[in-house]
Amino acid sequence: MTDKPTKLPGEDAALHETWQLRLYVAGQTAKSLIALANLTQICEKHLEGRYAITVIDLLKDPQLAKGDQILALPTLVRLLPEPVKQILGDLSNTERVLVGLDIKPLEEIGWTGNPHAGI
Amino acid sequence: MSNQNSILIDKSPSLLKCPTGIKGLDEITDGGLPLGRPTLVCGGSGCGKTLLAMEFLVRGAEMLEPGIFLAFEETSKELTQNFASIGFDLNDLSTRNLIDIDHVLLERSGLEASGEYDLEGLFIRIGHAIDRIGARRVVLDSLETLFTGYFSEGILRLELRRLFRFLKERGVTTVVTGEQGERTLTRYGLEEYVADCVIFLDHKVTDQIATRRMRVVKYRGSSHGTNEYPFLIDDHGLSVMPISSLALDHTVTDERISSGIPRLDTMMGGQGYYRGSSILVTGTAGSGKSSLAAHFIDAACERGEKCLYFAFEESRDQILRNMKSIGIDLKRWTDAGLLQFRNTRSTLYGMEMHLVTMHKAVEQFQPSIVIIDPISDLLVCAKDSEVMSMLSRLIDYLKLKHITALCTDLTAVGGSLEKTEVGVSPLMDTWILLQTMEGTGERNRGLYILKSRGMEHSNQVREFTLTNSGIQLRDVYIGSGRVLTGSARLSQEALEAAEAQVLNEEIERKLREVERKRLLTEAQIKALQADFESGKEELERNILSEKLRRDMLAKDAEAMARRREADRG
Repeated sequence: MTDKPTKLPGEDAALHETWQLRLYVAGQTAKSLIALANLTQICEKHLEGRYAITVIDLLKDPQLAKGDQILALPTLVRLLPEPVKQILGDLSNTERVLVGLDIKPLEEIGWTGNPHAGI
Repeated sequence: MSNQNSILIDKSPSLLKCPTGIKGLDEITDGGLPLGRPTLVCGGSGCGKTLLAMEFLVRGAEMLEPGIFLAFEETSKELTQNFASIGFDLNDLSTRNLIDIDHVLLERSGLEASGEYDLEGLFIRIGHAIDRIGARRVVLDSLETLFTGYFSEGILRLELRRLFRFLKERGVTTVVTGEQGERTLTRYGLEEYVADCVIFLDHKVTDQIATRRMRVVKYRGSSHGTNEYPFLIDDHGLSVMPISSLALDHTVTDERISSGIPRLDTMMGGQGYYRGSSILVTGTAGSGKSSLAAHFIDAACERGEKCLYFAFEESRDQILRNMKSIGIDLKRWTDAGLLQFRNTRSTLYGMEMHLVTMHKAVEQFQPSIVIIDPISDLLVCAKDSEVMSMLSRLIDYLKLKHITALCTDLTAVGGSLEKTEVGVSPLMDTWILLQTMEGTGERNRGLYILKSRGMEHSNQVREFTLTNSGIQLRDVYIGSGRVLTGSARLSQEALEAAEAQVLNEEIERKLREVERKRLLTEAQIKALQADFESGKEELERNILSEKLRRDMLAKDAEAMARRREADRG
């Protein structure tokens, strides 16, 4: 998936590109609402102005479950920056979400220039 | 198929069945899998779970019942390639919307969990696939792979319970596969969730021979066969050795067919074997068992019937050549398509596999006569206990189809001749014993009928010889309290002939003596007669002259008295 050799994907994406996030849910259940609320909160804090969230309701588009290989709900998928990452659950554990999305405090990225350092 | 319908009607209406269409499986399960409920198919790796599951869908598709296949382990491309080798065109079935293969990818890397989740996505996915093609059948292969994924076991177990409820609500007949655990049926205990029907597949290796077996562990609310049934995977899919005869209820015919040897027919009431009966020919090595079979084939093909010859010792060409040497040309029948050979080494695979293969061969060729030469070779590769039930299944199957089976059985030299290794004899209707009789420096072949159910049969031993025009049966020499065969019989017969010759001569001599005596006596009688005649003449002459003298004397006395004038009293 990381087949673009011209740039270091994590670096570029972390600093300049827009994060593309997808949240798969099944209907307007309490769980999906909580998940969306948690996600928005985390993004606002760590990725302000650099993120886009798409909510996909599998009850409306069931064929996408197959296409995107979704089993568990809710599932958060980080499409960009690559590599693609998935986080299951209602995102109530912020620490796990940050690890899962590979979000580091900005100053740390600026200092090393490598978002993967320290993992 | 009508049989299955009747099963559906016979049972309580709550338990309907979904015929799998897999050969033999529907018989074992008394009609098929529970309709609209999940069935667990478990077993070790490589035992045929995926194949059974896929064939369940393909056979369903053939009956225009669409099905979906959720593959947790292989991609749909891999599956399509794998099953192309056994003739399942999954691409075609997919385009016709009869089968939908969905590869469920379980990624572990790049995965994280935060907070609560469930497997609703999987449900939606299955539900969507069911709706899209109107599926009636669902396969989850293998569901247990979920446990190797990222999901926590607690959530998974909760969701599995919900999944099976979901599938039941959708009314689809589901096959779930699961890997065998160390002490449990499945590694992750799937049998807890699937309560309706559990089928266990096994791939055993005994004495380096592998056998596949199937067992219905449980089937709630239905009768089912409880034994282990062998099954076969070949280029037409899976077939289970059917239990076509749990009861002895096959019909029989009175029709008789020639054994191909007129003299042998005579021994069996002049008409030969019953059609559809089983015949056992027992004998030591080289006693002529195969030749007896060849005669039978020759006669059957002559009538235009088809024969199937299972040979475990000789190759086809070898049999043809050898039979030609005793004047039986079987090649013309193979050329005419009336005779087929199936030659395999008995050790190639297990007993059960042999029987399943034979069963299939019979199904395909539809012969009216089957030769198994020799049956004792099959027994080598199986334990005695298994053999009886397996053999009886085959024999019963053949009887059901009115196929006459001739089995040869090799007994060890020196062993009891009437001992067949597994007591096959109860299965057999006619038992012919070929015995070699040793004496006077040679071995000769004797034949007698040990038993033949339902017909009058000779109790006599016949000597038989293999000539270049086939088997010849002869009477043996029985006399002076001895049974003689071969050259001993010939010399004894010569001796008797000589003795008879001597006797004949003696009789003739005596007859001549009688004649001579008679002639002598007659001559004597004649002489005596002549003697008598001459004596008689002389006496009569004497009598006459005496009479004359007497009359003369009387006249003289009268004249004398007259002259003297004597007083008259």
